[in-house]
Amino acid sequence: MPENPMHPATPRPGQERYTAPADQAKLGAVDAVDTTEAPSSLWNEAWRDMRRRPLFWVSATIIVLVSLVAMFPGLFTSQGPRVCQLANSLGDPAPGHIFGFDRQGCDIYARTIYGARASVVVGVLTTLAVVILGTTVGAIAGYFGGWFDTVLSRLTDIFFAVPLVLAAIVIMSVLPERNTWTVAAVLASFGWTSIARITRGSVMSVKNNEFVTAARALGMSRGAILLRHVLPNSAAPIIVYATVALGTYIVAEATLTFLGIGLPPWLVSWGGDISMAQQSLRVRPEILFYPAGALALTVLGFIMLGDVVRDALDPKARKR
Amino acid sequence: MLWYIGRRLLQVIPVFLGATLLLYAMVFALPGDPVAALGGERGLSAAVQEQIRSQYNLDKPFIVQYLLYLKGVVTLDFGMTFSHRPVIDIIAEAVPITFRLALMALVIEAIFGIGFGLVAGLRKGGVFDGTVLVLSLLVIAVPTFVLGFVMQFVVGVQLGWLPITAGRDPNFVSLLMPAMVLAATSLAYVLRLTRTSVAENISADYVRTARAKGLPRAQVTTRHVLRNSLIPVVTFLGADLGALMGGAIVTEGIFNIPGVGGTLFRAITTGENTLVVSLTTLLVLVYIVANLLVDLLYAALDPRIRYA
Repeated sequence: MPENPMHPATPRPGQERYTAPADQAKLGAVDAVDTTEAPSSLWNEAWRDMRRRPLFWVSATIIVLVSLVAMFPGLFTSQGPRVCQLANSLGDPAPGHIFGFDRQGCDIYARTIYGARASVVVGVLTTLAVVILGTTVGAIAGYFGGWFDTVLSRLTDIFFAVPLVLAAIVIMSVLPERNTWTVAAVLASFGWTSIARITRGSVMSVKNNEFVTAARALGMSRGAILLRHVLPNSAAPIIVYATVALGTYIVAEATLTFLGIGLPPWLVSWGGDISMAQQSLRVRPEILFYPAGALALTVLGFIMLGDVVRDALDPKARKR
Repeated sequence: MLWYIGRRLLQVIPVFLGATLLLYAMVFALPGDPVAALGGERGLSAAVQEQIRSQYNLDKPFIVQYLLYLKGVVTLDFGMTFSHRPVIDIIAEAVPITFRLALMALVIEAIFGIGFGLVAGLRKGGVFDGTVLVLSLLVIAVPTFVLGFVMQFVVGVQLGWLPITAGRDPNFVSLLMPAMVLAATSLAYVLRLTRTSVAENISADYVRTARAKGLPRAQVTTRHVLRNSLIPVVTFLGADLGALMGGAIVTEGIFNIPGVGGTLFRAITTGENTLVVSLTTLLVLVYIVANLLVDLLYAALDPRIRYA
């Protein structure tokens, strides 16, 4: 190195100067970083963390099982949920009818299996609608700020001021038609506010990061930056909230159906079956147990998953 | 602080107007005609219907109806039901009952939620902590109405410890079971919130200092850990009072309590729109005010919020 005439350590002709020998020792900390592999992302680390939690596998099993039942109920029972004979009313469990019969003489096991679809469909539809609506409103308010933020935030406040179940009861009792779609639409139209608030906060904290400034400096349009850089980096809290919310929407749907203003009676659903079981509660309390247990198990699966995902995505909780 | 209070109060006004307009539009946009249905099979004559419509301002344009209604809310004149009872009388009967129920639920939540949450948070990762966590998830997963039935059946019918329904003029004992059912879900949330908060604060520097200077263990737990952990919990409890008043619809229905929820549900099914609008407005108002008070309390506790 000292041979280079431009190097400041190279003495000019006629100048005497001590030059320390170049330090050939490697910088331990810098060289220890393995650059051959890409740095593991938040998601990779979260996944590695989640895999080790038994609670994750329990909740994942529940969710997969319930989804399978909802999609292919025929695989799990050969009985029809609407094949009811009054002669079997409140009958005891028999071979091929392991849970027995309800007041109408329908097979309880078959009704519990077929009831899964209504709950899962309403839960998934509502969550999808809430996430789309909430992230759109929240992202626009948080990213563009100014006028957009003022108007959209006040709009969110207005919808937030009406409790979800109260609003759902009022609207559902007014609607002329009640089906899976209307229940999901009503729940979504008042459920999106929390996601909007979460997204807004998350986007506002992400948009001031250096990588966003860098993307702008490289000439990316504002819309592209929002979609490609800001939103993916604000997704973690939204995903956690949405997972837990899916469970609570299923509960809300069952509550509405139980009150007689949710899903129509001809649709096999847990909420409707619980409402029917209420009449036979003193004679055969276990009739209530099966649909209620299936409902609680499904909701538990989603809430537990949300819990595990939250822990895995929170670096503060992970270190301990 | 004063400036913050003023700003928050001003923000409440458009939210209240927007929310009531939303509810009013929803209720009165319904397709059925309650006036035509009043007479039953034979029906009312056109002249009588006309007279009722003008009495309830139903013949005026929607926005005028809403403004007249708003004027009524401000002057505490909520109008009459179709059976000529002043709405304010019904409200005066129902509100104290629901308020008592919600308050009891809140006390149950606070005592058990904070108590169990504190013990679980102090021994994070222990057997008690694990059990309580799974139990709390279970309570959140079971819908309120299922819990209500099970409690009614087990505690009321089989054990016979508490009355099954409350009926007219409920007292403390008959409201105990409904309050427990109403509190259950929020109790689980309070518990989890307290646990997380306690577990976080227990490793804080000021707790170590307090221990190091020789303070007794109990004093460190109550004065240092608990007090600082309660800030988010108090916030949740405050906002929950509003939610409890509204969420009582199901509980009051199951236990036959003549509170706001039960009255509201009956009003919806019988098409008493004046009553529906008045009660929902009331519930929304309680919810907004509860959230406002929580915000102000939070700002008083944490100066960073005031200047944000």
